[in-house]
Amino acid sequence: MSEKFDVIVVGAGPAGNSAAYTLARGGLKVLQIERGESPGSKNVQGAILYADALERIIPDFRDDAPLERHIIEQRVWVLSDDAYVGSNYRSAAFDQEPYNRYTIIRAQFDKWFSGKVQEAGALLLCETTVTGLIHDGTRVAGVHTDRGGSVYADLVILADGVNSLLAKNAGFHPELKPRDVALAVKEIHFLPEPTIESRFNVQADQGVVIEMAGKITQGMVGTGFLYTNRESLTIGVGCLLSDFKARGVPPYRMLEDMKAHPAIAPLIEGGEMKEYCAHLIPEGGYKAVPQTYGDGWMLVGDAAMLVNSVHREGSNLAMTSGRLAAETALELKAADRPMSARNLAAYRARLEDSFVLKDLKKYQRLPQVFDRNHQFFTDYPDLLAGAAHTLLTVDGVDKKSKEKTVRQSFVKRRSPFGLMGDAFKLWRAFE
Amino acid sequence: MIKVEEKLFQNRYRVDAGRPHIEIRDADICQHTCTSKPCTVCCPAACYTREGDGRVTLITDGCLECGTCRIICSEHGNVDWQYPRGGYGILFKFG
Repeated sequence: MSEKFDVIVVGAGPAGNSAAYTLARGGLKVLQIERGESPGSKNVQGAILYADALERIIPDFRDDAPLERHIIEQRVWVLSDDAYVGSNYRSAAFDQEPYNRYTIIRAQFDKWFSGKVQEAGALLLCETTVTGLIHDGTRVAGVHTDRGGSVYADLVILADGVNSLLAKNAGFHPELKPRDVALAVKEIHFLPEPTIESRFNVQADQGVVIEMAGKITQGMVGTGFLYTNRESLTIGVGCLLSDFKARGVPPYRMLEDMKAHPAIAPLIEGGEMKEYCAHLIPEGGYKAVPQTYGDGWMLVGDAAMLVNSVHREGSNLAMTSGRLAAETALELKAADRPMSARNLAAYRARLEDSFVLKDLKKYQRLPQVFDRNHQFFTDYPDLLAGAAHTLLTVDGVDKKSKEKTVRQSFVKRRSPFGLMGDAFKLWRAFE
Repeated sequence: MIKVEEKLFQNRYRVDAGRPHIEIRDADICQHTCTSKPCTVCCPAACYTREGDGRVTLITDGCLECGTCRIICSEHGNVDWQYPRGGYGILFKFG
């Protein structure tokens, strides 16, 4: 194939599909290359779909997208070894259309999204791995593939995911550091719909998400999750790779221990496990975002480290970055201006101006704070659960004495200065 | 003892026989220089095994293509990590 395209998009995940769709709808000649058997077959996510980001690309997506359940209740749990202290937010407002978020199954969702991309006029090439970029001086001029062909374009959008091998091999950014990525493992367990609905107190189409922190990550910086799909549950846990490396705990053992927790085991009881996945999540935050554009290229989605780890958001940042990259290219094309680094700088400006980089900037101190302060994942879950247990056990001890016991437990474990320091660190991280 | 093989057994793969997409660059570094051998613990598919004599063996058939082994080998950079050929490797049914 020696054909030339306006744009080549590498990867058919949320970022690549959003970029390719927007470009094709804008009338450009787009080639999208995907290494999987079909779009989605290499992709892993929790997975929650935040409607807003997709709605801005495909307003009527709800008509035919494969959606599992809309989320009406969000639970946040802090777990000790045998208990959890939690908060729930459930609202009838989340049960009003149009729904704000859904659980999805990525293999199905990505295939659907890719269908829309192809309907919009992009050419999709599956089962093809891009092996390198073609350089013309300082400019990226196309890609080499393992099908033996080289393809040329004015612009290459790299949506090849967290490992971002192409940009790394081209020297656009250095190798990822273990402290900038989380390793997550998860399983999908199938259960009958009525069982899920009674266990989670929901009706047909309604869903619940549970986000978890505490002793389940065995002293490491990380979180766990449990999501309700239509007839399955997704359960997983992820921690910083630097912590996995330092602690020497196999990730699948952590997942097994989490599944056995007395608060979690009854929820997944009887499920039939049908798949086990692992995936890296780029959690380095604002300071770890690499150069996102250059002569003839742009980085979008996970490849550009666009994940808000605090709010467990990633695919919406991916979709938005893909759309913004595409809109930048469409404007340049319409004005007949070249896809140079100087002109593509407008993409970075758009990211800065959107929630994507605004949110990452807001939490830019947080990765370092958690990385250096593991007590938030070890001492505090124990202290919270201990406090609840003390206060809620009726045993003839007066309440004032109980409060004193709780206060002393905090001071003893963290010291008065430690407590003040931790409060300050949390405030600085989230301010 | 958790058998990760039982988990991987649920997955769908198209193995590119005889063409592993990940290779150890220098076996001596794993055996003699690297003491902690984090790949043998952290790989979520347990593709890496620490042998009795300190060697590390790699079988990529169950690989989930996450990238952990490459990034975790940051001191030695001893993992040559590529994606499988198009269409090969893990094929997620659900993802």
